[in-house]
Amino acid sequence: MTDTLDAIPLLEAEEISKDYGAHTGCREISLSLWPGEVLAIVGESGSGKTTLLRVLAGQLPPNSGQAFYYRADGRKLDIYELSEAERRHLQRSEWGFVYQTPAEGLRMNVSAGANVGERLMALGARHYGQIRGQASGWLERLEIDVARIDERPAAFSGGMRQRLQIARNLVTNPRLLFMDEPTGGLDVSVQARLLDTLRSLVRDMGLSVLLVTHDLGVARLLADRMLVMKEGRVVEQGLTDQILEDPQHAYSQLLVSSILQA
Amino acid sequence: MTARESGYNFAYLDEQTKRMIRRAILKAVAIPGYQVPFASREMPMPFGWGTGGVQVTAAILGPDDVLKVIDQGADDTTNAVSIRGFFQRTAGVETTEQTEEASIIQTRHRIPETPLKADQILVYQVPIPEPLRFLEPRETETRILHALKDYGLMHVKLYEDIAKHGHIATTYAYPVKVNARYVTDPSPTPKFDNPKMNRMAALQLFGAGREQRIYAIPPDTEVVSLDFEDHPFTVQAWDRPCALCGAIDTFLDEVVTDNEGSRLFVCSDSDHCQKRRDAMQEVS
Repeated sequence: MTDTLDAIPLLEAEEISKDYGAHTGCREISLSLWPGEVLAIVGESGSGKTTLLRVLAGQLPPNSGQAFYYRADGRKLDIYELSEAERRHLQRSEWGFVYQTPAEGLRMNVSAGANVGERLMALGARHYGQIRGQASGWLERLEIDVARIDERPAAFSGGMRQRLQIARNLVTNPRLLFMDEPTGGLDVSVQARLLDTLRSLVRDMGLSVLLVTHDLGVARLLADRMLVMKEGRVVEQGLTDQILEDPQHAYSQLLVSSILQA
Repeated sequence: MTARESGYNFAYLDEQTKRMIRRAILKAVAIPGYQVPFASREMPMPFGWGTGGVQVTAAILGPDDVLKVIDQGADDTTNAVSIRGFFQRTAGVETTEQTEEASIIQTRHRIPETPLKADQILVYQVPIPEPLRFLEPRETETRILHALKDYGLMHVKLYEDIAKHGHIATTYAYPVKVNARYVTDPSPTPKFDNPKMNRMAALQLFGAGREQRIYAIPPDTEVVSLDFEDHPFTVQAWDRPCALCGAIDTFLDEVVTDNEGSRLFVCSDSDHCQKRRDAMQEVS
């Protein structure tokens, strides 16, 4: 086995299990996410996708298993051995987390500019003009009218809120983005534009993404690789095209066949 | 000295309660700016009238102390008069309106203009001790933020101020960092007084009765007001002197004098203003 630089994954999970008392969250899941890769976790509601995502993002402790993150400087971090301070620092510098409901990931009672600037300020930025400059730059990249920088997200539409949440996460140039149904609850045209933006951002920034979705269409557009989950377990994994064209597991076949044909 | 009312323990609170409060104060002094929980008692006045300050004062008050109480800088407003009366009746201590003569000064919203000395203690009445409260409503979370020295949120608030008003519009309860560690709410004192907190010779104690927290700034401790590099901390300034004593370096209150809307700007520190007027009269 060769251990060259490009053979180092970004995130590595080994036998992750999480249950909620008698209810299963996810079971014995191992995966690797490679730099620049978009990995989709698909499956129906209740299959443990979100649980897995939150465990991998360090938001929930697993019952058993290990996960490692390889930092930009090459250091290997055991996600569950980090101190609270180290974990929080990682979560707001090299990582990002996009929630399905923007209200969860945004501060609804402060302006859009402050929402985007918060991470910078948390990391020690103390120059108002520079913070604001970066915030407007990111609003622009996410196609939010810069004139609305001082409005609160409460005044934004659902699609704009989701864009704002993404801008807020990307402002520190993270390497890894966790996304939980980023297009859930948006109407089809808004969804399509958001997916378009996401796709170019991922490509331009070389982002690695762990994407949870129940929508195979979203996975098809964004993901390089897919994991199919059912009842807490991974039943099939492979390249996106491969699974969509030729699903092996009965459940994957059911999922693929249930996409509405255009 | 006023006769002390019988039937009450000295300074109203029982000795065990004072002991509990003194322990909290000692811990607060040992960890400057850290909010120490304490078992706040029901006092014979409503929350919001200074029950925290009153309990701190009661716990540190001795029979030889000289007490001064100010409310918005003045000795003669309701809150000041009634708290002063309370300790006259329950402790029989000497009271004064002169800043220099007092050994303990309980205050709501101001620090006296006369610099305090090492043998004086300033007790603040605090409504909301948590500077992060309005941005983070969860107490469990704010405690973690303090523990991790994670204060980015405080600057989010200042950012909002500048975004909305073009400058940092927080004029009271302006957040400070104490001893380069804890971000602390200086109680609703005007930011004009923030510089006086830095390296003050006197001990500063803060009591929040409803919120059950005590914190402290020991003498000669560094207190820095938070700001941005391109929007540095500044204090309020007035374009006119005090209408009564002519001072140009004090905090002025705007007083409406008649129904026509005439206005007067006068020192909020009534003792300081009176002293200056007395001195002027002596000269003339």
